[in-house]
Amino acid sequence: MRDVAVVGFAQRQMREFDGSPNCIELLVPLLQELWEQTGWTKEDIGFWCSGSSDYLAGRSFSFVTAIDALGAVPPISESHVEMDAAWALYEAWIKIQTGEADTALVYGFGKSSASTLRRTLALQLDPYTLTPLWPDTVSIAGMQARLGIEQGVWSEKEMAEVAARSRTNATGNEHAIRRGETTIDDVLAQELLADPLRRWDCAPVTDGAAAIVIAATDTLPRTSPAIRPAVITGIAHCVDSPSLGLRDLTRSPSAERAGAAAGGASVGLADVTVAELHAPFSHQELILRRELGLGDDVRINPSGGALGGNPMFSAGLIRIGEAARRIWSGEADKVLAHATSGAALQQNLVCVMASGQARRPEER
Amino acid sequence: MTPPSTAVLHQPLTLEFAYTRSLGPVLSQYMSALAAKQVLGAVLSDGRVAVPPPEYDPVSHEQISRMQPVSDEGVVVTWSWVAEPLPDQPLDHPFAFALVLLDGADVPLLHAVDAGSPDAIRTGMRVRARWADERVGSVRDLACFEPAGLDTASPGGSAYSTSDGRTASDEGASVSRPDGVTSTTTPVRLAYDYAASPEESAFGRGLKEGRILAQACPVCHKVYVPPRGACPVDGVPTTDPIDLPDTGIVTTFCIVNVPFLGQRITPPYVSAYVLLDGSDIAFLHLILGVDAAEVRMGMRVRAVWKPEDERSYSMETISHFEPTGEPDADYESYRRHL
Repeated sequence: MRDVAVVGFAQRQMREFDGSPNCIELLVPLLQELWEQTGWTKEDIGFWCSGSSDYLAGRSFSFVTAIDALGAVPPISESHVEMDAAWALYEAWIKIQTGEADTALVYGFGKSSASTLRRTLALQLDPYTLTPLWPDTVSIAGMQARLGIEQGVWSEKEMAEVAARSRTNATGNEHAIRRGETTIDDVLAQELLADPLRRWDCAPVTDGAAAIVIAATDTLPRTSPAIRPAVITGIAHCVDSPSLGLRDLTRSPSAERAGAAAGGASVGLADVTVAELHAPFSHQELILRRELGLGDDVRINPSGGALGGNPMFSAGLIRIGEAARRIWSGEADKVLAHATSGAALQQNLVCVMASGQARRPEER
Repeated sequence: MTPPSTAVLHQPLTLEFAYTRSLGPVLSQYMSALAAKQVLGAVLSDGRVAVPPPEYDPVSHEQISRMQPVSDEGVVVTWSWVAEPLPDQPLDHPFAFALVLLDGADVPLLHAVDAGSPDAIRTGMRVRARWADERVGSVRDLACFEPAGLDTASPGGSAYSTSDGRTASDEGASVSRPDGVTSTTTPVRLAYDYAASPEESAFGRGLKEGRILAQACPVCHKVYVPPRGACPVDGVPTTDPIDLPDTGIVTTFCIVNVPFLGQRITPPYVSAYVLLDGSDIAFLHLILGVDAAEVRMGMRVRAVWKPEDERSYSMETISHFEPTGEPDADYESYRRHL
């Protein structure tokens, strides 16, 4: 396996992006930031991969028009997933493992505010038996939350603790769109949005985009970034049944399996000190912490997580970027990032990263 | 379109499509039974009965081969209150989405419960199906669930009463015989607030004034019409504004002979790439006012504008292009645009 590191990260989050649904206007300055961070140009990128959805954009082939932002003449090697861009990063990581590329730029974008997001997302459900009922995302999460509360797996107070901490942490994140010093009582005092969920239990509808540069550490170009690279030590994704009834919604077996695969027996998750979890609803963070075996000593979502801002198709990628940043800054030596896709934590990706120095003692 | 109150133009956009999907043997039986007010569950390899039936066993991955009737009454397993129903949801007044475990099933079904208020629903409550008056073989044949009044334990056993008094086992014989429901149609309607990019907005405003506004890439100086959020060569927004004439040439074209749904012009007619004088990119438009057989590559054309009171921010403000009668352009002059 080749060591691949996250070496660049840029993001934008906002309540309502006043611009085109292919978000070119957001992507152009994001790429500019990445060139400044890495000292590279588009010629240094061997593979490009994006995550987005035409259902959000309201137009066909929105990802093709977005490619203009890359300056794709002469032609580039490019791909796309109709998923969060964390899965685009997975594809790029595989591409680098095959040796077909040494570097990749991964980006995701989405204008969630263009339609009614919780309704549009009913189109990701089983088209025969579920979509015709238009179950919205918030209702599905509400049913999941109540199951856990009534079965004693978690409590409303524990959910409020997640919401309060996320809002409070988000005060230190200039990109978060929902933040503020918040106590558990503040959260519990809120009216119910979708009984049993309160507004702050649910991620805000967020527009935005994010981009990440990854590179094989064995071929880092000479003008490589000054930051210490966040080397991906494990990355894996798994999926659960699309049938909500067949799943135990208080669990997320796919998250557990992805965590085990990304952590690996030899590497383990024991020394992870920071985790960025993509939990669009407060109780989902509780599920993920349990499935990934993250103890109380692990700092969860210092960025504020998805409750501070959840731009569709980039929020998972942002978790990877936020976690990698903690390694760049020296705050952490080993971090975990998680991304989710589908209804009620159906599909999960886990990416574990460690500092290049920590992993390669001979280079110290 | 709304007047430009912000930097970019906005327009409501509705996308609508009725997805018609064919059904495999499992869902065909399930939908056929629903049309007959009966709920079928799949018998899984571990003995559990699942509603709705998956097409393949979640553990053994074998195709589902056995279906059996379950009751149309059951118990609420969990629920979430929908205070503001969205378009096309099962009820247009506040209701609960719930997982309902039907008597005789082991896997709960997601559906709506018409409980009236969040105080009138709770986990463990018994509910029964309310069937649609008109049933077509769709999950919407089961309109929703409603409180059954009595909170009793699941009756168990092999025969379950349906709400109209029949017993499910009486109808067992019909289970293996689909009643001809082989497809299901789901109308999908999505409403968007569609915004143009700043560059597209400038172009749209120009059209309304009878102008064709292009912009050049600040790096390679190519002139794009419509202007773009990013030059595909350099990846930077076009900036330098340029007023283009409404004359140009046909680079390449096709003659449309095939009628299609929503066609607005009687075939044959010509769809062509028009390269305006002074621009570096051609765009698609109509060539009318000339016999289709007369249209040629390199033909000089001019825009025919709609009357001033019909002009909008849309490309349709130019009705079509028609020949100017000038001599054709030299092939070498447009070769690189093909």
